[in-house]
Order: sequence, then C-alpha cells, then structure tokens
Amino acid sequence: MIEIHDIYKSFGPQDVLKGVNLEIGEGQTTVILGRSGTGKSVLLKHIIGLIKPDKGQVIIDGTDITPLSDPKLNEMRKRFGMLFQDGALFDSMTVGENVAFPVQEHTKLADKEIAAIVAEKLDQVGLSGIEEKMPSELSGGMKRRVGLARALALNPEIVLFDEPTSGLDPIMARTIEDLIVDTQRQLGDTFVVITHNMDAAFRIAHTIAMLDGGVIVEKGSPEEFEASSNPVVRAFLEREEGKEMTE
Amino acid sequence: MWQLLNRLGEGVVRELKEMGGMFLLLVDTVRWAFYPPFRLDLLFQQMEKIGVKSALVVILTGAFTGMVMALQTYYALTKFGAETMVGVTVALSMTRELGPVLTSIMVTGRAGSAMAAEIGTMRVTEQIDALYAMAVNPVRYLIVPRVLGSILVLPILTVIANFVGILGGYFIGVIVLRIDPGAFVANMEKHVELGDIYNGLIKAAVFGLILSLIGCYKGFYATKGAVGVGKATTQSVVLAAISILMADYLLTAVMF
Repeated sequence: MIEIHDIYKSFGPQDVLKGVNLEIGEGQTTVILGRSGTGKSVLLKHIIGLIKPDKGQVIIDGTDITPLSDPKLNEMRKRFGMLFQDGALFDSMTVGENVAFPVQEHTKLADKEIAAIVAEKLDQVGLSGIEEKMPSELSGGMKRRVGLARALALNPEIVLFDEPTSGLDPIMARTIEDLIVDTQRQLGDTFVVITHNMDAAFRIAHTIAMLDGGVIVEKGSPEEFEASSNPVVRAFLEREEGKEMTE
Repeated sequence: MWQLLNRLGEGVVRELKEMGGMFLLLVDTVRWAFYPPFRLDLLFQQMEKIGVKSALVVILTGAFTGMVMALQTYYALTKFGAETMVGVTVALSMTRELGPVLTSIMVTGRAGSAMAAEIGTMRVTEQIDALYAMAVNPVRYLIVPRVLGSILVLPILTVIANFVGILGGYFIGVIVLRIDPGAFVANMEKHVELGDIYNGLIKAAVFGLILSLIGCYKGFYATKGAVGVGKATTQSVVLAAISILMADYLLTAVMF
C-alpha cells in the first residue's frame, strides 16, 4: 500500500504540488489523471524517491521513504519497476542488455539464467527474439514495450508508468494499454499510471485520481469518476469528449 | 551601473554555486569509489575508452611537439654554440610541462567532451533517472569509473607523449640538424632527473581528475534537451582546458 501524505513541492518560484493526499491500493491499477504540466510526473517521481518533497511523507507499506539514506532507499527501489516516458533505454546497450541490466546489477544469477529471464520478459511484452537490436532501431511503441520488459525484470511488486502512451499513434497506444491491463491481471501487482489521456485512464484503471492545481481533486472508480459532479472533473471530461468528436 | 553590479554579482554567485556543486560531486565520487563491490569491469572499459582510443592522438601530438621544440631551440642555442643542449631542452620541456599539459588537453577534447555529451544525453532522456529507479547509483556506475580511469590513464599517456616527443627531438636534432648523437644523449642523461619525470606524471594524474570531473559534472547537470547537451559539452572543454592550465601553474610553483 502506498500512502502519500500532504506532499508539497516547489521548483524555484513555481509551486507544483500543494498538499497532495492519496492512497494507492495494493494489487490494482491506479491512474493519476491530469492536464499536461500539472505535476503528474513530479508526483510519480516522489513515489520512488527520485524527487524529495519539501514537506510531507510517502509511505510504502508503513515505511516513510522520504528521510531514507541512499542504501536504504535503494533496497526499497528494488521492489519497484518504472517505465519512463520514452522508455529511457540505455542507448549504448542492446535490447537484451537493457532488460538484463537490473538482473545483473542485483542478483548473482549465471548468464544463462539471465538470458532466460530476458527472453521470458521480452515474450511477455510480445517482442521475442529482438535481444540483439539497438534501441535506436526500435519504434516508439517498441521502446515502451522493451522499457516495460526491463521494468518487470526483477518481478517488482509495484510498477510505475510515466505517460506510457503519449506520442504514440492510436493503434499502438491501444496495444500498450491492453498490455498494461493484461500484465496487471496476470501478475496482480500494484500499477500506478500517470496520463493526460482520459480514454486510456478509463480503459486501464481500477481507480482514477485527478490531479489539478497541485492537489488531488477527485478519486474513485471509473464509474464514480464519470458521474462526478466536481466542476474540474466535468470540465476535463467535456473537453476531452469534445476533442474526440472533432477527431 | 547598478545593473552592471547586479550582473557581476549574479555571475559570481553562479560560478561559486558551480564550484560548490563540483566539489560535492567530487566528495560523492570519492565516497562511492571506496564503497564495495568494486566495479573493475566498468573501470577497465573506461580506461580503454579514454586511454587506448586517445593513444594515436597523443603520439602525434608528442611527436610534433618534440620535433618543433628541437627546431626552435636549435635556432636559439646555436647562437651560443650550445646546440648539444637541444636534447636536454626538449626532454625537460616534455617531461615537466608539455607532455602532461598537451596530453591532458588532447584527452579533454577527445574523452572529456565525450563524457559530457554521453552523460548529458543520458540525463535529458531520463536514463539517469532510470538508473536511480533501478536502484543503481549513477555516480557510482557512471562517474567513478570515468574519474578513476582518467586519473590512472593520463600518466600512462603522458609517458608515451614524453617518449615520442624526445624521439622526435632526437630525429630532428641528430638526423636532420646533425648534432652529435653522443653529446645529445649524454647531456640529456646528465641534466634530466627522475624527479622531473615523476612530477610531470603527478601533474598528469591531477589533470586527469580535473578533466573527467568537469566533463562528468557538466553532463550530469545538463538540462534543456539537445541544446543543453551541446552547451554542456562546449563548456566542459573550455572550462577543463583553462582549469588544466591554471592548475599547471600552481603545481609547477609548488613542485619545482
């Protein structure tokens, strides 16, 4: 269980998070929805300790991670997998080496066993046999999938997704969404996804939380969310629907 | 006037911040360098990248510097009938000064800039964040091997530059300008001391630290996409070259 208590964060004169409170349930997909530039990525990075809050706590299974030292934080991070916006694959390594990287760094497995894990994870994201390719040879969607394979390599309990479908064509975006749903169902892990795409949110979420103006303005199941009378949510939903109509 | 003062102040604060940042990165690098397990694989990889791949450039630089030194000093020394001192002059300037300085500046251009560009690209494409997220400390994984590698490799490259430079001096002095080879070598042996060579190599190690720390720092804190990485790379080369020359003066004043 992830509990975010009253998180404040500013960058220079810009107040990004102004008292975020959120509980993220175990074994389900929580989507943090919000317009671009509302600090969704910043919030996500707080959960894995990449950014420290100016004030507030991030509690993972009873432990506040904000005051932890580097070695202790690293122990905590081994329980996480994270998919970055553009995959963030190491471009000096092959796909296989990328997926193998966390396993090599944190286990003492033999090369053969690592190769088997790499093959299994790539298969899981539907990209068998591309171990020798370089990231520069991959399309945007493939990069995300390899990124997901790498995030899953250590069998994490919690997987974080930073805008997993942004910049992809609708068909590829749909493929990634389906992959997230299937993987979550299969593994039963806690998934936290941030997106500005309402469609994606409704398709993959068990719970949707909306971030606006530096605070969570609404939280609930997709059905509750759709029926919300909160004016910010309504405005967002109507604007997105309008966008769809014109598309 | 007020505006000018304001700008000057801002500049000073910015530079001080950067120096502080670099010092903190150095402290962090030293801390992680002594934190087991030691990653010899990464260290050797970097030594190959910085050292072996710079060898040709360093050989060419050393050879031509030694040759031109012989040519220039011959011109001056013949006026005093002291042309047999050409060898000593070349050897002393190479080992004490030109070997370490020119080698470091060439390596800054080749490897220091690459460090800034590579780490900077990793920063702006979130690969550094990905390392943190995978519980791998990027200072330990990226910066320690580069800094240690440079400190170890620069003295070796300097030895090569010194050797090739003296050889170049010998070629021009003895073969082209027909100085007596016996006197050329004997004078060199008599006047060049081991300390001249040692101190030159200590300088090279310090320059290795400077160029790698600056390259890594500039890359590690690069922002604003491709333009930012370009800027970081240029800045790293200019700053490292100037710092090397300044450190050279200080070290020379202290050591010799």
